[in-house]
Amino acid sequence: MLQVISLLLENKPGAMMRVTGLLSQRGYNIESLTVARTLDPEVSRMTIVVEVDSTLRQQVIKQMNKLINVLQATDLSDSPSVFRELLLVRIRMPQETRAAVLKEAEIFGGRVVDSSTEGFAIEVTGAPEKLNEFVDVMRSYGEIDVTRSGVVAIGLEPKKLKLQPPVPTKAGAKVEETIH
Amino acid sequence: MSTSLMSGARMLLECLAREGVDCMFGYPGGVTLPFYDCLYDHHIRHVLVRHEENAAFAAEGYARATGRVGVCCATSGPGATNLTTGLVDAMMDSIPIVALTGQVSTKLIGSDAFQEADTFGITRPCTKHNYLVKRLEELPQIIHEAFYVASSGRPGPVLVDVPKDVFQAQGHYQHVSSIHLPGYKVFTEGHTGQIRRAAQLIRKSERPLVYAGGGIVAAGAAPELRQFVELTNSPAVNTVMGLGALPSDHPNFISMPGMHGSYAANMAMTNADLLIALGVRFDDRVTGRLAAFAPHAKVIHVDIDPAEIGKNRTPDVPIVGDVKQVLGKLNQLLADKEPADAQLEAARSAWWNQIRSWKEEHPLQPVISDSEIKPQHLMAEIDRLSNGQAIVASDVGQHQMWAAQLIRFSEPRLWLNSGGLGSMGFGLPAALGAQFARPDKLVFAIVGDGGFQMSIPELATIASYGLPVKIIVMNNGYLGMVRQWQELFYNNRLSSVTLDCFPDAEKLAGAYGFKGRTIDKPWELASALEAAVKEPGPYLLNVKVSPLECVYPMVPSGGAINEMVLGPPQPVAESAK
Repeated sequence: MLQVISLLLENKPGAMMRVTGLLSQRGYNIESLTVARTLDPEVSRMTIVVEVDSTLRQQVIKQMNKLINVLQATDLSDSPSVFRELLLVRIRMPQETRAAVLKEAEIFGGRVVDSSTEGFAIEVTGAPEKLNEFVDVMRSYGEIDVTRSGVVAIGLEPKKLKLQPPVPTKAGAKVEETIH
Repeated sequence: MSTSLMSGARMLLECLAREGVDCMFGYPGGVTLPFYDCLYDHHIRHVLVRHEENAAFAAEGYARATGRVGVCCATSGPGATNLTTGLVDAMMDSIPIVALTGQVSTKLIGSDAFQEADTFGITRPCTKHNYLVKRLEELPQIIHEAFYVASSGRPGPVLVDVPKDVFQAQGHYQHVSSIHLPGYKVFTEGHTGQIRRAAQLIRKSERPLVYAGGGIVAAGAAPELRQFVELTNSPAVNTVMGLGALPSDHPNFISMPGMHGSYAANMAMTNADLLIALGVRFDDRVTGRLAAFAPHAKVIHVDIDPAEIGKNRTPDVPIVGDVKQVLGKLNQLLADKEPADAQLEAARSAWWNQIRSWKEEHPLQPVISDSEIKPQHLMAEIDRLSNGQAIVASDVGQHQMWAAQLIRFSEPRLWLNSGGLGSMGFGLPAALGAQFARPDKLVFAIVGDGGFQMSIPELATIASYGLPVKIIVMNNGYLGMVRQWQELFYNNRLSSVTLDCFPDAEKLAGAYGFKGRTIDKPWELASALEAAVKEPGPYLLNVKVSPLECVYPMVPSGGAINEMVLGPPQPVAESAK
């Protein structure tokens, strides 16, 4: 079953590699992955869709939470949440179906972002299943090229982010210089 | 507060000195030249090993013997890649080490420069955490963080990759007064409610069993464990990582459970009604077939790592916390005696009688022959000389299991072995590291003729520093454990396991300038070992043992642990009642 994991991670070099490495070292295949900065530029939000055996889901979340750069990993698969994805499609079709294509795009809430004599480029956002349907419809009109962003998700229940406070160092206690 | 202007290399040493590092194990190279130049007149002792893998193992030996952070150092590229086995080894056994590697200059990173490797990428899954230092200003913070991460929570290896130009840059050491890792939670106190529930289960249990492991050693919780075992009068097993957590001579100690565990330990696991799992991870070598493991037991699982709780066995009472603190609280609760319950007392005493009779039915006892040295005989003699006091660093294989079965340990940090990763070549360098950490101690390296030949380069290190390590080779002329499996499960087709060439021990040790000897007669064994121990310097004793001996009891892979093969004619043990 597909699992949707939402992570907050420190925006540090290699942080993403630790998360993806954790999945690949267990042989999981990532379906989609998005990452971008949050309101706090030092923190990124990552949404991962991955196929994980249901008995191992909790274990994967725990392992992610163990990563030092991960501030919070949450399984959104079964909790109230909204999943959205952006899709860009370039379609080339005969002149006579232009109006029909525009109508379909409108039905899916799409927006034309480029138009030429050969066809359109259209942008659509929506739930991933909705976008699959849109792709099927477009394919019936002509030749298409598709780019999808991967799922971004937000949980609808507030989840408190618990951050650890700084700890004093042993080394800091020694004020005197050790090198003379 | 900051110090005078200094190079990155010197700053690194300043950080290490502030962390209390007195000794490190390493091998220099091109990009670490600036660092080694500073080491030249620094008080921190650098031990030159003969292969980087052994630097990591030696750092582990140092850490395992003391509980302090072990430090190893290697150059970029091949130096760093050679460290990786030791890093994974430390990861699997939760051993705190900090590995320092040189890297090509920041401007050259990514250009396939000479001796460049992606150390940061390669060691990501081999470490608890790792760093690539990009700028000198980051160095102190990173080094102090590395020591903190390695030694706190569930300990583990941390690697810091330092480019050559960072070593060479000049700057001021800025005081690091605190470490802020907002996503790194270190669990300490267990949940009070769960601890109370655990105490209730313990009081009511008729057949309790303590299953204690490396977590007790890491937490320094041996005194609390002993108190707990005595308060509750529970029998206890120690895993291969936990040997010494409860003294082997303690009346409540049963022995090691698992694939080569004792009959009594495995039968007790199978028949217990309550398993008190302390700092263990329900490893497959302990549990055998998981579905048949401790089928009648409720489980209390105490571990500092939340990801271990429920990973292999869902506990009835999960307690995430430092096992030392949790046991301390449990002991407080259990110290208040409840009114005697005659029925419970009777059940407990029947449980103890049952355990004693299991111990008597199939004790772990050395096989001794008049004509050849049995490997168990060798371990029994080492045990006699150690009397629970010596440090025993073991390599991996049959000798490791016999040593674990037959050598007693009076306290933690005496038995050093590669439990999780099972790295051959671990024993000798680990003994070397331990001897540096504990110069006062008698240190045995018990190795097979296979693993020894992986470690031969370190004879030079041992000789060069005059370390009085007693290297005991249990020489059966085979890669014994693999041969055992081929005999039992592959129709005795002995494929690539014969070690028909082994150097003359006397000449080999002599070539390095110390004493060595080969023996193969049982009547020579005691005196030869005594002579090795009496020798003030290193000693290589090559003990030719009966070649075809197998380790028993043995739980075949995938079997339930009560279905042990007890000996060569392979009678199947009575199944649990």
